[in-house]
Amino acid sequence: MTSMPSGGVPPEASRRVVRVVVLYPDVMNVYADRGNLIALQARAREHDIDLEVTSIGVGDPMPEAADLVLIGGGQDREQERIASDLAGRGPRLREWADAGTSMLAVCGGFQLFGRSYHTSDGREFEGVGIFDVVTVAPAPGAERCIGDIVIDSSLPGVGEVVGFENHGGRTFLGIEGRPFARVRYGFGNNGDDGTEGAIAGEGDAVIGTYLHGSVLPKNPALTDHLLRAALRHRYGGDVELERPQAGWAERAHDAAVAVARRRGRRAR
Amino acid sequence: MTRAARDCKPAEVAADTSCENGSVAGTPPPPAPPIVAPTWRQRGALLLGRAAAQASRRLHRGGGTALPGVVSTALAPNVVELFSALGHGVVTVTGTNGKTTTSHLLTAAAERANLRPLTNRSGSNLERGLASTLVDAVDASGRLLEPASRLGVLEVDEAALPALWPRLRPRVGVFLNLFRDQLDRYGEIDSIAEGWRAMVASDPGSPTLVLNADDPSLQPLRVAARGPVVAFGIEDASVALPGAEHASDARFCACGSTFAYERVYVGHVGHWRCRGCGVARSTPEVAARSIVLREDGTDLELVTPEGTANVSLPLVGLYSVYNALAAAAAALAVGVPLEAVRETLEASAPAFGRQERITTYGREVRLLLAKNPAGLNAVIRTLLAGDERLRLLWLLNDGIQDGEDVSWIYDADFELLAGRDIEVVVSGSRAEDLALRLHLAGIEPAFVEAHTSTALEESLALVPRDGRLDVLATYTAMLELREMVAARAGAQHYWEAPR
Repeated sequence: MTSMPSGGVPPEASRRVVRVVVLYPDVMNVYADRGNLIALQARAREHDIDLEVTSIGVGDPMPEAADLVLIGGGQDREQERIASDLAGRGPRLREWADAGTSMLAVCGGFQLFGRSYHTSDGREFEGVGIFDVVTVAPAPGAERCIGDIVIDSSLPGVGEVVGFENHGGRTFLGIEGRPFARVRYGFGNNGDDGTEGAIAGEGDAVIGTYLHGSVLPKNPALTDHLLRAALRHRYGGDVELERPQAGWAERAHDAAVAVARRRGRRAR
Repeated sequence: MTRAARDCKPAEVAADTSCENGSVAGTPPPPAPPIVAPTWRQRGALLLGRAAAQASRRLHRGGGTALPGVVSTALAPNVVELFSALGHGVVTVTGTNGKTTTSHLLTAAAERANLRPLTNRSGSNLERGLASTLVDAVDASGRLLEPASRLGVLEVDEAALPALWPRLRPRVGVFLNLFRDQLDRYGEIDSIAEGWRAMVASDPGSPTLVLNADDPSLQPLRVAARGPVVAFGIEDASVALPGAEHASDARFCACGSTFAYERVYVGHVGHWRCRGCGVARSTPEVAARSIVLREDGTDLELVTPEGTANVSLPLVGLYSVYNALAAAAAALAVGVPLEAVRETLEASAPAFGRQERITTYGREVRLLLAKNPAGLNAVIRTLLAGDERLRLLWLLNDGIQDGEDVSWIYDADFELLAGRDIEVVVSGSRAEDLALRLHLAGIEPAFVEAHTSTALEESLALVPRDGRLDVLATYTAMLELREMVAARAGAQHYWEAPR
C-alpha cells in the first residue's frame, strides 16, 4: 500500500483534497486503465484540487475512507485471482457507495462490481453487488465485443462519451439496475439491448462502464462528474467546477467520435 | 474468466532441467525432408503472384509485399507448405517485439555461413507475406531454385503462428517475448501464450525451441517442449532498471502465484522466480555479459556453449541485445560458427524503420518504430540516452496493422520525457489523441499537423543544419513516412532495400 500526493505540490490549508483509492493497479490495468488516474490528476490540477492516491493490492488493508474509487480491467485469468480478495472488501465498498463515494469501475472491474459472473464452464463468481447486473461469459469461440463505442449518458452534464470496448462477457441489468448510457455506436453491455454500463450509489456517483482503459482523458465531462461527486462526499454541498477552456481533451473527444462514426458499428 | 489454470507443478519443472545446459551446436540437422516438387497448381499460383507483383511495382502501387501472396494463396491454399521442403529447414521468429530485427540478423548470419536463407521482409509476416516470399524466389517456370541447399528464416506474426507451425514444420522456433500489443486484434495476451503452448505440445516433431529465459510468459513453452531448448538471456546487473516499468505483462505464474524479480531489464523481462511453485528463470545457454550501452551502439560479451566472443553491436538499447542474443542462439542452432555470428552482429544495420538513419536536406532523420507500450518505452529510453535538445515528429495511426485502439499510449511512460528540452510535432490519423497524451504528461506539442508530408516539412524546418530529427511512428505511419524521407534523400524504396 502506497500513498502519495499528486503533482508533488504540498497541499495548502485552503486547497481541497480528494482521497482516491485505486484497486489493484498492478493487475487491473490491462487496457491502459492508468490513463484514468492520469486524467483525474491533470483535471484536479486545473481545478486546484489535490489528489491523495492510495493503491490497494491483494491483501492490503482498506483505508478508513475514500472520496473516489477507481478499478480497471484485467485479463480473465488475472480477474479470477483478485475476485476473492475483492469480495472480502464488498461490505466496505457498498457502505462507501451508499454514503456517496464516487466510483469508476471499468470493464472487468465493472463486471466484478456486479452481482455475479458466470464462466463458460459453469462456475459462478460472486461480485461486490454494487450494481444490479449479472455478467455471463459467452461460449468458447464466441466473438468478443471489440471496437469504437459512442454512448449518450443521461447523467446531467455528462452527455456524449466516447471510447473503445474489448470484452468477452455479456452483462445484463437486473430489475434495480440502471444503465449508465444508451449506445449510439458499438456493443455496450451485451450488444443487444442498447444499454451501456450501470450507475448506482448516492447521487449517481458510482459508474460502471465497458469503455475501457483511458475513458477519462477524452471525456472531461465524465471526469468532472466524478470529481464533483467526490468533493460533495468530502466537503458536502454542490461544488461548481469551472469548465476550463476547450483544449486537447475536447479535440481528442471530437476526433474519436468522428472515427467511431466512420467505422463504428451502429447500435440496434 | 473462461480458461482453467494450467498445470505448473514443481515436478514438471524438475523433469525439465534435462533440457538445460544442452549444447547448442549439438542440435542435429533435421532429418532430410523429402524434396517435394511443387505441384502444377502451386507453380501456377506462384507465377501469377509474380505477375501481380510486377504489375503492382510498375504501377508504383508500392512494394507489393502482400498482393502477390494474396493472389498465390487464393489460387493454391497450400503454397506455404513449400517452405517445409527446404533442405536446411525453417526457422520461425515470433514475439511481440524484435521479430524483424532478429530475422534480419539471423538471415545475415546464415548468408555468411552459406546457408542461402530465404526470408520474408518488411514485417510482412502473415501467411500471404510468406507466400509472397516464395513468389519472389521462384524462377520463370514457377520452381524454387535448389531448395535442398536453402534455409527458411521466417518472421511470423504471433497470432498467426499456431496455424502456420504444423504447415511450416520448423526446425527451430525462436520466441522473443510477449508484451501487450494490439489487444483489439489479438484479444488477450494469455490467449496468445496458450496458443503457442498448445501448438508446441501437439507438435509430433521435436524442433529446437530458442526461448528468452528472462520472459516468464515463455516458461510454458519450455515445459511443453518435446525437443531441445536453448535459452538466451542477459547476465548483467548493471543494466537492470531501478524498478518495473508500468506496462508489465506477466504477473501470474501458471500455478496462480505472482512472480518476484531479482532484477528487471525491460517491462516484465528479467530475472524472475515464482513465489508459489518456485519455478524460476533458467540459466541461459546463450547470454550477454559486461554490457556497455553507448549512444550509437552496444558492447557486450557473448557467452555461448561454443565459446565467448566480444561483440561491438552497432544497435542501441537493451532490446537490441535481446534481438542479437536470439539471432545468435538460432544461428548456432542451425550450424553457423560463432565467429561468423560475431562478424554478423558487428556488421549489422538497422532493419526497416528500426533506428534507421537517413540524411536529408543536411539533417539526419532517425526513424524509430513505436507501436506498443514496451516498444515505445524502449524508444523513450533511447531518446533519453543523449542530453541534447530533442526534436520529434511523432505519428500515431489507428489502422488495423497499428491497432484500431489507441488506448495503449496511456501504458507507455511518456512522463519520462517531461522536463527534457523537447519540441514535438504531432501527426497521424489519431494526432489529437497523441497530443492529449503528451499534454497530460506535461509536454505541450509544438503543433498538430494532419498531413504527413506537411508535418515532415514543418518538423525538418525546426531542426538546424547538421541537427537530428527523431521520428516516432506506428507501423503504417512509418511505412508512409519512410517513403517520403527516402524520396527526399534519394534512398531506395523499402522493398528494394538490402535484406
